Amino acid sequence: MFQYCAEPKTLEGLIWLSCYLTNEKHQLLYGSLGTVLLLMAIVAPVAMLFGFGGAVAARSHLLPVRLFGKGYTSMVRGIPDIIFFMFVPIALDQLFELIRHKIKCPDWTDAIWQGSDFVVCAEAKLPLSTSPQYVHEIYGFSLAVLAFSIVFGAFAANVLYGAMQAVPRAQLETAEAYGMTRRQAFRRVLVPQMWVFALPGLSNLWMILIKATPLLFLLGVEDIVYWAKELGGSKTSQFAYPHPDWRLFYFMALLVYYLSMTRLSEIVLGRLSQRLSRGQATFAGEQQRKAAR
Amino acid sequence: MNQLILSTAALALTAGMAMAETVRLGTEGAYPPYNFINDAGEVDGFERVLGDELCKRAELTCEWVTNEWDSIIPNLVSGNYDVIIAGMSITDERDKVIDFSQNYIPPATSAYLALSADTDLKSGPVAAQTATIQAGYIAEQGMTLAEYATPDETVAAVRNGEAVAVFADKDFLVPIAEESNGELVFTGDEPSLGGGVGLGIRESDTELKDKFNAAIQSMKDDGSLNALITEWFGDKALLF
Repeated sequence: MFQYCAEPKTLEGLIWLSCYLTNEKHQLLYGSLGTVLLLMAIVAPVAMLFGFGGAVAARSHLLPVRLFGKGYTSMVRGIPDIIFFMFVPIALDQLFELIRHKIKCPDWTDAIWQGSDFVVCAEAKLPLSTSPQYVHEIYGFSLAVLAFSIVFGAFAANVLYGAMQAVPRAQLETAEAYGMTRRQAFRRVLVPQMWVFALPGLSNLWMILIKATPLLFLLGVEDIVYWAKELGGSKTSQFAYPHPDWRLFYFMALLVYYLSMTRLSEIVLGRLSQRLSRGQATFAGEQQRKAAR
Repeated sequence: MNQLILSTAALALTAGMAMAETVRLGTEGAYPPYNFINDAGEVDGFERVLGDELCKRAELTCEWVTNEWDSIIPNLVSGNYDVIIAGMSITDERDKVIDFSQNYIPPATSAYLALSADTDLKSGPVAAQTATIQAGYIAEQGMTLAEYATPDETVAAVRNGEAVAVFADKDFLVPIAEESNGELVFTGDEPSLGGGVGLGIRESDTELKDKFNAAIQSMKDDGSLNALITEWFGDKALLF
């Protein structure tokens, strides 16, 4: 990066360190921080959407829809994350390729499963094996987002389901007495009031999501923990910047990162909780009312 | 008529694609000097040079991908890449799931590296990387096995006393021993395991296997493979 870094073996002290910390490999580490933040930024709203859908489905009056909602939450919640992350992206990938294969190569006669091999025609590959590496990376990242969203959506569904049940029944009866339809009562009375009940559960989920991002490496996406391990491992003089085992320092940096992320989240969520309690018939809402008087 | 032109064009296009076929090479990137991620963040090492040369001789366009060692075979058979080039020894167990090209490194010796030369290897756990030929060997010999996910962690385990010795390919351990200033030394016997190192290829991909076999053979015949082995593993390395 800097001019003076051309011959790293001749450098010493702080200059060596400044070159070391800005070499291309470290820039990949800093870039992966962006990957992790992007993942959280996409997964949180998508999982919320899945969760809302799941919760509404679980409350439905139609039996099949209700069974689907309940089945989704209990199945995903019952399977260990690590198994889920190993299985679902590969299964999804093969499903997509199978569908494309059926459409694009109808004349194919060979078996698709040959022993343990999964063979589809070259045009059905996702992404095409001719596409550049970054397309493969984006595809892998999207599969990761989908897998994370399905898992966290199931947990969010259960939290939101519980929150919907926690809204006092009297509120809904009053809405019905005013002549609102079920749908209107749901939208105008139930949903605005449930968030304060859902927030503690959802904030737990957010904290877990922050800490679950290292599972990305299972899906072939290189995240900050992967790079910390790779960069921290001892390096022989085969490398431009040889050093002994420095994983401790790298993991300390990760510790600071994770702690500051969770602390920041706590502050924001605390404010949000206060905001949502305003005017609610809950203990916190009642206290706010008294304090304002 | 238009249809005819279109389909001819499509045919020409697919034929063109078949000629410049893209092959994705999967490696671990954590096993210097076989393969590692250099400071520019690219795949480097003996296998990088070898793979590029083989692709040139087989007239293939090659793309490098890194993958965790643990899941390197499942990702090959499900088609995420086409070739494993990661210092993988040819063994019967692996041969049941995937196919191997002919070996490009002769059956090399494995060695123990410990803190002192008179370490009793039965006195404590011996570190080896998960799912390697060396890990299987340790378990067979009745020694206590401590498995680690990456090669680097196996060496770190010896340094911090979790294991009494690390058992790995000697070529991987030599530079580590040399640069430890006498902290780490070789001990015990040096058995020769497996059928050498080969490329892992899907069993259904016989055409690709033939191409790489021919390319490896041509490198063996003109001596360039031996030169490459000496360049990366030193004068004492086994040659063909």
